[in-house]
Amino acid sequence: MTAASNTADALAPPAASVPSLKKRLRRAEMRKKLLYGALILPLAVFLLVAFVWPIASLLTRSIDNPEVHDNLPHTLRELKAWDGEGMPPAAVFTAFAAELESAKGSPAIAEIAKRLNREETGYRSLIMKTARKLPLPADTDVPSALTEIDARWGEAETWRAIRRSGGATTPFYLLAAIDRSIDTHGNIVTAPPEEAVYVNVLMRTFWMSLIVTGLCLVLGFPVAYLMAKLATKQSNMLMFFVLLPFWTSVLVRVAAWIILLQNEGLINKVLMAIGLTDGPLQLLFNRVGVYVAMVHILLPFMVLPLYSVMKGISPVYVRAAVSLGCPPFKSFWKVYFPQTLPGIGAGALLVFIMCMGYYITPALLGSPQEQMVSYFIAFYTNQTINWGMAAALSAVLLGATLVLYMVYARYLGPTRVKLVKPR
Amino acid sequence: MTNQTASAAPHVSFRNVQKSYDGETLIVRDLNLDIRRGEFLTLLGPSGSGKTTCLMMLAGFETPTSGEIRLEGEIINNQPPHKRNIGMVFQNYALFPHMSVLDNLRFPLKVRKLPAAEVDAKARRALDMVQLGSFGSRYPQQLSGGQQQRIALARALVFEPQLVLMDEPLGALDKNLREQMQLEIKHIQQTLGVTVVFVTHDQSEALTMSDRIAVFDKGIIQQIDSAERLYEEPANAFVANFIGENNALVGRVERIEGEHCDVRLDCGTLIRARTGSVAAGDRTLVSVRPERVVLDDSAKGCANFLDAVVKEFIYLGDQVRIRVDLCGNHDFTIKTPISHLDHSLRSGDQIRIGMDAAHMRALEPLPAA
Repeated sequence: MTAASNTADALAPPAASVPSLKKRLRRAEMRKKLLYGALILPLAVFLLVAFVWPIASLLTRSIDNPEVHDNLPHTLRELKAWDGEGMPPAAVFTAFAAELESAKGSPAIAEIAKRLNREETGYRSLIMKTARKLPLPADTDVPSALTEIDARWGEAETWRAIRRSGGATTPFYLLAAIDRSIDTHGNIVTAPPEEAVYVNVLMRTFWMSLIVTGLCLVLGFPVAYLMAKLATKQSNMLMFFVLLPFWTSVLVRVAAWIILLQNEGLINKVLMAIGLTDGPLQLLFNRVGVYVAMVHILLPFMVLPLYSVMKGISPVYVRAAVSLGCPPFKSFWKVYFPQTLPGIGAGALLVFIMCMGYYITPALLGSPQEQMVSYFIAFYTNQTINWGMAAALSAVLLGATLVLYMVYARYLGPTRVKLVKPR
Repeated sequence: MTNQTASAAPHVSFRNVQKSYDGETLIVRDLNLDIRRGEFLTLLGPSGSGKTTCLMMLAGFETPTSGEIRLEGEIINNQPPHKRNIGMVFQNYALFPHMSVLDNLRFPLKVRKLPAAEVDAKARRALDMVQLGSFGSRYPQQLSGGQQQRIALARALVFEPQLVLMDEPLGALDKNLREQMQLEIKHIQQTLGVTVVFVTHDQSEALTMSDRIAVFDKGIIQQIDSAERLYEEPANAFVANFIGENNALVGRVERIEGEHCDVRLDCGTLIRARTGSVAAGDRTLVSVRPERVVLDDSAKGCANFLDAVVKEFIYLGDQVRIRVDLCGNHDFTIKTPISHLDHSLRSGDQIRIGMDAAHMRALEPLPAA
C-alpha cells in the first residue's frame, strides 16, 4: 500500500521545482533551433559578408549623391532659407566662397565641378575659374566679388542648380539607366535620341535572352524526354554527355567556338566542302556566334530540370490517354506535355536569368550590336569608374529579373516545381 | 443477324497466341481463349504468369509474337490501341493530374468529337453512376484512393465501350474498401452489360467477382471455369493449391473404378478419392480442402478414416484451424466451426479424422521445379 503510493509520488512531478510542460517543450525546441542555427551560421555569415553586403552597398551607389551634399554643407544650409526667387541672401555667398576656398586644391573641387556640370554644361569651368580666384581679399562684398568673377553667380538659376544637386540621394543614375532625366523644372523627360541607349540595350538583353531560352527549350526538350524514357544505363550515358561541357571553363569553350566558327574554321570549311555555300559564312562577331555559344553553355541548365520532372511522369498516363481513344501524338501533347510545364518553367527561368547577366560570351563573340546590359556595367566599373551608372544599370537588371521571377512564381509557382512527383 | 447468333459468337478470342520479349523465353506460351459477350472474366495467376501480358495484348500495348486476337470477329493484331474502343482501368488509376475530375471524364468524349452538350451530359451521368456527383471540379490528388478508383472506372466506361479491361485496379486499396469496390464494380458491370476482363493475383477477389476465372501459370491457362468448379474440382495440383487452401497427400494410384480410385499413400494407408487427371499406377497428389475434413462423430461414416496427431490450434473467432501430422504431411490443416470443436483436445493428442471420397481428388503431381 505505502510502496504503491510512494511510486506514484515519484512519478508525478513535484509542482514547484519542475517547470510546466509548455516551458519544457519550448526549451527543448529552442535547443533544436539553436543547433540548426549553428549549422547554417558559417554559410549565413559568408553570404552576408561576401554577397548581401557588397550588393547592397553597390546598389546604394545608384542613388548616392555625395559631391555637393558633403562638400558644401554650409552653403546648402544657408540656401534652405532662400525662397528661390531673386538673389539668395549674402550669407549664402559668404559660406559658398569659404567652402569653395577650403575645397580648393583637393579632389573635392573636381567632384563638385563635375557634379554641377551635369546640371548645366559649363558649370565645371565656372567652378574651376571661381576657385582659382579665391581667396577673396578681406572686407570685400562677397556677392558682388563673385558676380564680378563670373556673371552667372548673379543669376538665381545657378544657385537653384546648387540647391538641386545638394540632396543626399539622386534619381539621376536610375533615370539615366532607362534613358530619362530631370529637367531644370524637376520634370522627368526622355533623353534625346542620340543619348538614349540603355532602353535599347535592355530590350536587346531581353530579346537575346528570350531567343537563347527558346533555343535551349527546343533543343533540350527532346534530349530530356529521351533520357527519361531510356533504361537507366543508357540514360546515365546520355547524362554524362549532357554534363560533359561543365568540365571545361566557359572561357575555354568560348575560345573553342571562335576557332570553330571563324571564316577559316571547321564549320565554314565543312559547309563549303559539301557545297552548301560558296564563300565562308559570317558566323563570328554577330548574333549567330553569340547564340550558338550561349545555347551551348546554357543547355544543361534546361535539360536537368526538364529531366527531373519528366522522370517523375509515369508513362501510364499516355497509355491511359491512348486507351481512351486519343491518338499517340495528341496524347503526348494533351497529357504528357502539360505535366512537364513545371520543368519547362524552372529550366526557362534558370536559363533566362543567367542570360540576362551574360557578359563574357557576347563580349568575346559579338559585335557592339550584341553587347548586353552587363557589358555596360563592366564598362562603367572598369573604364570610366562611374559607380553611379554601373550601380543603376545593375539595379535595373536586378529589378527586371525580380519582376520576371514574380511573374513566374505567380503563374507557375515555385511550389509547383516538384523534383519528384508523388506517385 | 439475330441477337442470339451475336451473343453466341465470342466477343474476343485468342488463337494460339504467343508472346516473347527476349526471343528466348515465352511469357505467354499458347493462349486459346474465348471471352463471351457480357461476362466478367478474371485472369488469375501469380506474378510473371503472363496474365497482364495477355491483357496488354488485348489492349494493344503489346503485339503478339505469333497467333491472332479477334475482337468482334475482326483480327486486331495490328490495330493501334486508340482505335480499339476498349475501356481500361489501370493499376494506379492513371487519372490525369492536371485535369479536374470532370475534365478527365470529358477527355475520351472530346477526343471522339461529340457535341459539347452531350460531352457534359455523359460525363455528369458517369460521375453520378459512381456516386461522386459533387466532386467534378476537384483534382485527382484531392481525392482518396477509393474515390480515384471510382473516377478511373467511370472514365473507362464513359465512352460506352463494349469491353473493359482492368489491370489489378484494386491493388492499392485497403481490405475493407477493396471488398466494397469489388461488389460495386460487379454491380455496375451487370447493370451496363459490358464484357469485363479483370486481372488480379488475389484469388478471393477473383472468386467474389467473376463469372469465369482463367487460372494462369507459366504462360498457359491451367483451368478456366466458374469459381465453384475451380474450387471444388480443380483440374490439377497447381489450381488446387492456388485457389483457396488445400491439403495434399502424396501416393500412387492403385486402381481406378469409374469416378473413384484407390490411392496407396506413401505412409501405407489406402484411401479412396475421386479420379482427377490420373491413370492407374501414376504418382498422385490427393487434394482435400481443410473445411471438408471431419473431426467429430460423423467422421466414422466417412470413406476414409485416418489417424492424426494434433500439433497446433489457431483461433480465428468463428472457426478454429488445427494443424495436424497426417501420414507424413506435417502441415495438414483442418478448419472447423468453433461450435463443432471438442474443447478437451490438446496439442499432442491422437485423433481420428474423416474425409469423404467425394471431396478428395487424385491429381497429377506438380512437375518437379
